[in-house]
Amino acid sequence: MLRGNERVGKMSDPQLPWMNDEAVEAIRRDMIKFARLQLRDAAMAEDVVQEALVAALANGQDFAGRSALKTWVFAILRNKIVDHIRQQSRTTNISALAPDEESLDQSFETLFKGNDHWRPEDRPTNWGDPEEALRQQRFWDVFDACLNHLPENTARVFMMREFLEFETAEVCRELRITVSNCNVILHRARNGLRRCLEKNWFLGGEQAC
Amino acid sequence: MLSCKDVTHKLSESLDRELTLAERLQLEMHLAMCQGCRNFKKQMGFLRLACRRYMAGKTSSDSDT
Repeated sequence: MLRGNERVGKMSDPQLPWMNDEAVEAIRRDMIKFARLQLRDAAMAEDVVQEALVAALANGQDFAGRSALKTWVFAILRNKIVDHIRQQSRTTNISALAPDEESLDQSFETLFKGNDHWRPEDRPTNWGDPEEALRQQRFWDVFDACLNHLPENTARVFMMREFLEFETAEVCRELRITVSNCNVILHRARNGLRRCLEKNWFLGGEQAC
Repeated sequence: MLSCKDVTHKLSESLDRELTLAERLQLEMHLAMCQGCRNFKKQMGFLRLACRRYMAGKTSSDSDT
């Protein structure tokens, strides 16, 4: 979906006509959605996004276009989110197993026979051409829903690793958990997400396998 | 000989660290014989790709999502 705003912004004068209220509002909406997913706290998400936006706009830097502003604002948002996670990790015990995490683990165990090989009916399926799914907006809606569906701490560790692109060792250090614990949590997250996508997208009749 | 369950752990870890040569050999031997785990491996690769694409969409205005 090319909107072409960026080119218009670049060719225009330094008044930055693309940076109207509407443009900033669009970025804000996008950021709030992301911050909510990451922090699971609507009020906190609003605060963090507000702080990030204010910091970005107050900086007075010349942005080459809306895309440059967005990248800049997201970099600030990323740091703010990390700060919040760091603070939270002091008061919550990430390695303690919550009931929803326990039930996800139990449901994973049922995929295997006694010898730890796949039950035929639970064998992972061929998802075909993944690029095709990534081009469809409906897929991203399902993806969002599946992320939201992950247990809170599981999602937090996964998103630090995959979205904020921390190295695993950094995730462990920030959240004060052991590497093996980190591995268990990431495995749980990937499996949960995999099964959710398989059930709700890939076997949902959108794609033959 | 790795079980399918072991393989899911190794494949997840391979996204976070470099596996040792011995681990890779064991993994390859299992994957050569197991369609389910080959599919699992592809699904893990897809998840990584989807997350990268998700973030790319978040940080550029010309999102292709």
